[in-house]
Amino acid sequence: MSNARPTEGAGEPLTLALQRVPRERVDMSPVTPSALAHASARDVPGIELRAGNRRVRVGEIFDVSGEDTAHVAIRNSCDRLDRLGAGMRFGRMAIHGDTGTHAGAAMAGGVLEIHGNAGAFAASGMAEGFMHLSGNAGDFLGAAIAGDAAGMRGGTVVVDGSAGDRVGDRMRRGMVLIGGDVADCCAARMIAGTIVVRGRAGRRTGVAMRRGTLLVTRVPALPATFADGGPPPRTFLRLLQRHLRNAGGPLAPFAQMTDDIRRFVGDRAYGGLGEILVAQ
Amino acid sequence: MTNNGVVIDDTFAEAFGMRATRLVITAASAAWARHAAVAMTGYATSVIGCGCEAGIERELEGEATPDGRPGVSVLVFAISREELAKQVERRVGQCVLTSPTSAAYSGLDGDERIDLGRKLRYFGDGFQTSKLLGARRYWRIPVMDGEFVCEETAGVARAIGGGNLLIVADGVAQALAACEAAIAAMRDVGGVIMPFPGGVVRAGSKIGSKYAALPASTNDAFCPTLAGITKTALDPAARAVLEIVIDGLTEDAVRSAMREGIAAICAIGAPGGVRRITAGNYGGKLGKFHFPLREIAE
Repeated sequence: MSNARPTEGAGEPLTLALQRVPRERVDMSPVTPSALAHASARDVPGIELRAGNRRVRVGEIFDVSGEDTAHVAIRNSCDRLDRLGAGMRFGRMAIHGDTGTHAGAAMAGGVLEIHGNAGAFAASGMAEGFMHLSGNAGDFLGAAIAGDAAGMRGGTVVVDGSAGDRVGDRMRRGMVLIGGDVADCCAARMIAGTIVVRGRAGRRTGVAMRRGTLLVTRVPALPATFADGGPPPRTFLRLLQRHLRNAGGPLAPFAQMTDDIRRFVGDRAYGGLGEILVAQ
Repeated sequence: MTNNGVVIDDTFAEAFGMRATRLVITAASAAWARHAAVAMTGYATSVIGCGCEAGIERELEGEATPDGRPGVSVLVFAISREELAKQVERRVGQCVLTSPTSAAYSGLDGDERIDLGRKLRYFGDGFQTSKLLGARRYWRIPVMDGEFVCEETAGVARAIGGGNLLIVADGVAQALAACEAAIAAMRDVGGVIMPFPGGVVRAGSKIGSKYAALPASTNDAFCPTLAGITKTALDPAARAVLEIVIDGLTEDAVRSAMREGIAAICAIGAPGGVRRITAGNYGGKLGKFHFPLREIAE
């Protein structure tokens, strides 16, 4: 799963420990392995971050230690830290604590581990890479960033907990795996890709869905514009199962699937051929 | 060099570079996977007239296939990547897509690829969908028993065609028995196929003909009925010759298959009516790959 680039100057991970909860929201996107590719660890405390309508230096709000910039750890993270891991192309980031919005947004590679909860728009516009969230995700997980035609375009996101509204909104490619439940409008306007929800989905699931696959354990009621999709696609499900099992790690639990699956196709109000597979 | 009374000629089999792919065909049962594989590798004995040489490499248990169902791996060899692509598209389209419960996957990795499901998907008439799992893209084409799942592309390898053994015996029955034993042993070697019927060819050919239109004609030097009237390669006691042609993904695979074949033939040996093992070559001028019999048999 890892596309972490081999570390050149191996050593202790570059570690940023938050000193106190900042008053403003802080844009953390300048501190990723790829953004620091040409910087040395000594430069890190001097890096400017946008914090509300002002700028702060990393060293003013974080205690910085370690030297391996290909592996960045954030300690004491909180929901004021936005855009953690956003735009990262390679390397590994471990976030200990919650994140603000847009964690892993537009990621194009590497591994982002969040040991906590993520705010809205996590993995939005993600193109490649792997994100593992041990807690819950907010709304718009893997969705389109405002103004973008498509949401997630590749990569894999695993959420051990639950997620909010509009998971995979306008999602184009890639895979989102959710261990818990999702709120309303999951897979809304979905263009393609795969979403697996081990728990329940909320209302208006799949609304305006064009293509793609949503595998979910239970939905209260699908929009009336979803048609019966006939027998479940067993060969494809076996491929998916094997893919998840072989990937292992946090993906492995998602390989457990029941054979008792109903298939629905829609959203026919939009000419959609999206598929919702409901495990009974 | 003699083994169990069988003379192994000091010669080499001359083989050519080809392009090959391996496809894995799965189905609801091993029997249905075999039906699809047999159909798609039919009429594929020689590139001279069939466009490709193809055969079943081995049967696969569920654990060894991408979708966990029983399957068959098939090797297809052609003279160029373009011809290989054409043959694979036609054969998979007509023989695998049509076969109940089947699915088709690439059995080779690598950057050089040919289309597998990329064009076949249009059979879905707009209802086809694609799925990307890891680095592999699959097409799901609605058909009357559900869906035909087909990987988008298949890997292509630089391969070897035309490895061969010529078995000279006291009679047809003895030559056939030796070939059957050899083929049974060679089928256990991975990465090779013996594309002729039952793995054996009785119409060995030489290059050229007295008829200008024909690129190849009967190998008169090895025809027992012509021994008295042509420049023969047979001694008077030889009454039948059969040939085994081997196509392999690597030189090592061809070599291993030849070694297994020679061993099985020699195990029958002179007591079973086998006199000699030789090989077909063109003096080393045409084929890039040479497989010396004695070195392989040692």
